[in-house]
Amino acid sequence: MKTTQPRLRALVCSSLLALLLLALLYAQWWLGDLPTRMQFEARLAPPGLDHWLGTDALGRELWARTLAGLALSFQVGFLAALLGSAIALGLALLATFSSRLDALISMLIDTLLSVPHLVLLLLIAFALGGGLQAVVIAVAITHWPGLARVLRAELLQLRAAPYIGISRALGKSRGFILLHHFLPHALPHCLVGALLLFPHAILHEAALTFLGVGLSPSQPAIGLLLADAMRYLSGGYWWLGVFPGLGLLLMVLSIERIASSARRAL
Amino acid sequence: MLRIEQLSLALPYYPRFWRRRYATHLNQLSLSVTAGSVHAIVGASGAGKSLLAHTIMGLLPEDARSGGRCFFKGAALDERRKRALRGRELALIPQSLSALDPLARSQRQVGWAARRAGLSPAGAHQAACQALAHYQLDERACQAYPHELSGGMARRVLTAMAQVTQASLVIADEPTVGLDPLQRDRVLDALAALARQGKAVMLITHDLRHALSIAEHVTVMHEGHCVETAAAHMFHGTGQALQSAYARALWQALPDNAFTLDSGYMKEPYLA
Amino acid sequence: MRLALATLRRLLRLGLILLCVAGVSFGLMMASPVDPVNAYLGPLVAQVSPEQRELIASRWGFDAPAPVQFGRWLQQLASGNLGMSHVYDQPVGDVIGQRFMRSLALLGSAWLLSLLLGFALGVLAGAKEHSPLDKIISAYAYVTASTPTFWLALLGVLLFSVYLGWTPVCCAGPVGVSDQAIHLATRLHHLVLPVITLTLLGTASITLHTRARMVALMRSDIATHAFAQGASRADIAWRHGVRHASLPALTLALASLGELFGGSVLIEQVFAYPGLGQATVEAGLRSDVPLLLGITLFTALFVIAGNTLADTLYHVIDPRMRRPRKPAAMSS
Repeated sequence: MKTTQPRLRALVCSSLLALLLLALLYAQWWLGDLPTRMQFEARLAPPGLDHWLGTDALGRELWARTLAGLALSFQVGFLAALLGSAIALGLALLATFSSRLDALISMLIDTLLSVPHLVLLLLIAFALGGGLQAVVIAVAITHWPGLARVLRAELLQLRAAPYIGISRALGKSRGFILLHHFLPHALPHCLVGALLLFPHAILHEAALTFLGVGLSPSQPAIGLLLADAMRYLSGGYWWLGVFPGLGLLLMVLSIERIASSARRAL
Repeated sequence: MLRIEQLSLALPYYPRFWRRRYATHLNQLSLSVTAGSVHAIVGASGAGKSLLAHTIMGLLPEDARSGGRCFFKGAALDERRKRALRGRELALIPQSLSALDPLARSQRQVGWAARRAGLSPAGAHQAACQALAHYQLDERACQAYPHELSGGMARRVLTAMAQVTQASLVIADEPTVGLDPLQRDRVLDALAALARQGKAVMLITHDLRHALSIAEHVTVMHEGHCVETAAAHMFHGTGQALQSAYARALWQALPDNAFTLDSGYMKEPYLA
Repeated sequence: MRLALATLRRLLRLGLILLCVAGVSFGLMMASPVDPVNAYLGPLVAQVSPEQRELIASRWGFDAPAPVQFGRWLQQLASGNLGMSHVYDQPVGDVIGQRFMRSLALLGSAWLLSLLLGFALGVLAGAKEHSPLDKIISAYAYVTASTPTFWLALLGVLLFSVYLGWTPVCCAGPVGVSDQAIHLATRLHHLVLPVITLTLLGTASITLHTRARMVALMRSDIATHAFAQGASRADIAWRHGVRHASLPALTLALASLGELFGGSVLIEQVFAYPGLGQATVEAGLRSDVPLLLGITLFTALFVIAGNTLADTLYHVIDPRMRRPRKPAAMSS
């Protein structure tokens, strides 16, 4: 007989992780200019008491840069997931209007899904010329089709439900049905979908930046920190590569955990 | 053969998302099944009949709480003995046809049941062929996948799977659901035949009328309680031989009898 | 007959999707702020007069309106000509061909290994939910699913190449040795670490998917019935589980070829492995429009082929999806 309550535990864990992530977001104001402040007497210092996670080639504190990078990744991922799920919801709702529109939208979904994510990301980032905005848009555009497909299937199933037929027979307008039946049904799925998109968005932003087509080099993004670390790898400056990636891994993992508890609750 | 004393069972549920509570599904249940006869367990859905079967077979989820004692062939039947005996001494004919693996041919599935009962590969194959032939399943049905079988045929495959184990206690959980009268009588005959071979057969059903045609004893269940255990011949006339009002009401509700619905008990009539 | 028609319709739809991919990617290229003449010239940009620029623009058709350019490009495409890559100074078709052959060794072995490893781990984990083994395997899968691909590759280089010196730091062979002269063993030596990294990452999704299938099976009536027959968990996992989980695992592996290619882009970048992935990044960074378009179409074809194969497999292998035989006669 188990006395622990697994669901209660999941709820508590998720809330704690969410709090931690919010604290991370707050960190960037608290850090000030620390992530970019150079210390010439302490270049490439290994981790220790003076420099917690070591410093980079310009003597900048790695822990501060990592924290700032994580906060940036979080914001980009959040915006991209929000935008992506908004597009997905809008198009999935639009697809319920007519079968022709539905065919058009599912064609678009299939088209975007048949190009590997990273290639599409490169294309879009190339088309938009890089930068924060381009990354957010690129990640959003590559990630909405997966969610849209799920939402569309949900709504198609719902459209066939008897009560929608009754509602239509009662003379309710399309807009009314959309607003009172489809939207409330799709919204929870959409929110959970957005949460599930979040970690992917962060990972893809980091990948894009790592490849050199993402955020501008002046920002302390995780992808750039790791691309920098690549250059100093053979010198044995391991901390440059290990800590930013570890931070990203932990952040993505916690968001992923929150998202899957949310999905289970749905 | 099987004796159950004061059996209780509670299963967890979640009244709110995170709060776990236990609900009692079987309450102080006692009954005994003897070899060479059919013992019917009758009750409305939700009475806990299937849970009783799963308790005897030891198939409950790990977080279930159960109390009371079971004895099989004179020795206590604890969880460990259940695990050792099921498939060999205890056999279950499950309620749902989805118990058949949709990706395996029926002959192969009966063969697996025989292997699990401890037969050699060759012996299992032979036993499977025999058991399937015994239930008049032809070569084509043996090589068919479950979705290619009719309901009655699938039911007979399940019965064959219980038969090959040579178990001395067979629990049949609602074996006649969804069958036409011809198929239903065939399945009931098969169960009666198992009892004639000296096995104890426990027939779980909501269908009192047809249970009476083969059962020697009937236990009436209601909301987890054992209302009454009576010999089949006591279901007679107006049911004056029956002791409990609920069993009498159940008997009188049958279309051949008074066909009266005592509103106190039969909110949701289950008429065969 | 019905099957032929269905196949034809599917092929038509696939052709249409491919055309859409071409249209979308071409449109994106057109929308790019990068001046095609500058991209064409590369570092020579400073040596060219405005008149010469115009000459280049009219020679390559950069001055025509976008739809005309698209039409021309499609025409070329139909005749099998993908254009010239200015980064590699070779026809795009040749670049993709050579590079893909090199990537194929990486992609193919990682695909196969991650399928086998992922499936085995998934079956082991799902056979007993919440067992210590399940906890370890699930934790491993969740962690690798959240790991940035390039970071894992970077750690691999750091540990095995820089510190331990077991594997080479970069490339598909020793620097300065021509492709043909490299011994097979050397090639394999250069492949080991990239393949392992890509495998580890591809394993996660297959493990989790297979595990979910197994957990569902273990809770199903099929498993309960098998338990009632006295079967052990291992027996159920082997007889029923493998049967139920193998086709979904294979399908998922086929349907996630795009993810695999994305992973190879990042891994080839870290290991400086001269495959198709590296060419993709080069094309993107140095505005090699014909190469980028060619790679987009090629990888889309690759992904579509995987998806179609996955779909078809279901119809061929799963007995429930096969055309039902004449319903086994209702026996008398």
